[in-house]
Amino acid sequence: MSQFKQLTEAVTKGDINKAVAETQGAIDAGSNVQSIIDDGLISAMDEVGERFSKGIIFVPQMLRSAKTMQECMKLLEPLLKEGEVTTKGKVLIGTVKGDLHDIGKNLVSMMMEGAGFTVTDLGVDVPPEKFVQKAQEIEPDIVGMSALLSTTMPAMPQTIEALRKSGIRDKVKVMIGGAPVTAKYAQEIKADSYAPDAGSAVAEAKKLLGTS
Amino acid sequence: MIIVGEKINTSRKSIGEAVERRDAAFICRVAREQAEAGAAFIDVNAGTFVDREIDCLCWLVETVQSEVDLPLSLDSPNPAAISEAIKRHKGEPMINSISLETERLHALLPVVAYQPCSVVALCMAQTSMPTTVEERVEVGAELIKKLTDQGVPLERIYVDPLIQPVSVDPGMGIAALGAINRIMSEFPGVNTVCGLSNVSFGLPLRRLINRNFLALAMSYGLSAAILDPTDKQLMATALSVEMLLGRDEYCERFIDAYQAGLIVG
Repeated sequence: MSQFKQLTEAVTKGDINKAVAETQGAIDAGSNVQSIIDDGLISAMDEVGERFSKGIIFVPQMLRSAKTMQECMKLLEPLLKEGEVTTKGKVLIGTVKGDLHDIGKNLVSMMMEGAGFTVTDLGVDVPPEKFVQKAQEIEPDIVGMSALLSTTMPAMPQTIEALRKSGIRDKVKVMIGGAPVTAKYAQEIKADSYAPDAGSAVAEAKKLLGTS
Repeated sequence: MIIVGEKINTSRKSIGEAVERRDAAFICRVAREQAEAGAAFIDVNAGTFVDREIDCLCWLVETVQSEVDLPLSLDSPNPAAISEAIKRHKGEPMINSISLETERLHALLPVVAYQPCSVVALCMAQTSMPTTVEERVEVGAELIKKLTDQGVPLERIYVDPLIQPVSVDPGMGIAALGAINRIMSEFPGVNTVCGLSNVSFGLPLRRLINRNFLALAMSYGLSAAILDPTDKQLMATALSVEMLLGRDEYCERFIDAYQAGLIVG
């Protein structure tokens, strides 16, 4: 793990140039690509998410680290052979019907990707049918829903109901979040999990899939 | 500067609990202290009660107006809640808010046309949130047109340019400020209003950022703000900036507030 210490540090700091150079260096030295991703990049993003949840670092720093990782991935992805990448899990995410807020949802997407999940983002104002249709198509491990308005929160149980009716509720874990959403609400609507911020969303996702 | 007192919002724990147990005395106290601190409108929001929102909002309207002789800002994205609350309201309320989102627009336009009221026009487009100055002004202009067509006078329209966090995009502060500036100069007589806390999402020292944003927004023409008027530092910013912009003859309001102990440095 310590072989990528410089890379991990550069990602944690959000130093794009250094991180990209370190990634290239590791590739040139013949390091295993998956290992660069897991032990170099993802471990850095784990640290970033944890520090963010604790209030030690702030949103712009988290975004900068996520962007740094994305730049490194551009070098690594072409080197991965088809089917070789071991995703930590598939996440389908979106802001629920009637709601146009995307900032929180985007932060969660970014941190999920940073943690090695494969994220499919449906965007904003996503009706229950669209969640169901996409879930049937890509068979995600987790369905994540965001709502920033108390008036759009009811679209969450509606989506859960739509998943149930189409017979896939038991095949996915449902996570919810957003300013008016609470852990209590998650229980009431029988979601599997609630996360108050992007860092904890990753931790919760790992817990749900038993990979923490 | 027109102050809309934001404290009576059930997303604040103490307010939510007070509404739950119908503690009128508590709510009246919070209304009274905001009125005394200089609020021109008292905002009421019961959004966290979801399916009981309408009942709770109506109760808040009656409770607050039993205590203070001020118009209220009826704060809900739910047109049904606003339509019910308005029936209980004495005088001319502020409708907070209308936007270009189809359902909300169609449900609320007849309501604002039916009776005299002020309206917060939130610069939210039909299917997306605006990001640039131009997009905000475009949505604002369209809302102003729709409202004035319904007979709402310009002076009663409060355009909210939609404040987004600078932590996510450093251009968001200046985009909102630019929109305030253009809306105020292109529609003389209209008001602009905003909340202050979105701008500082994801950052440390949020209250300091909010205060500085208020000062900047006022210098770009902001004429109203939704804030906590009992926050003495924030009110000191509002009143001192008004004074510095030449809108406080003899510096009277600033000095009065100081002598009444309503502001601190």
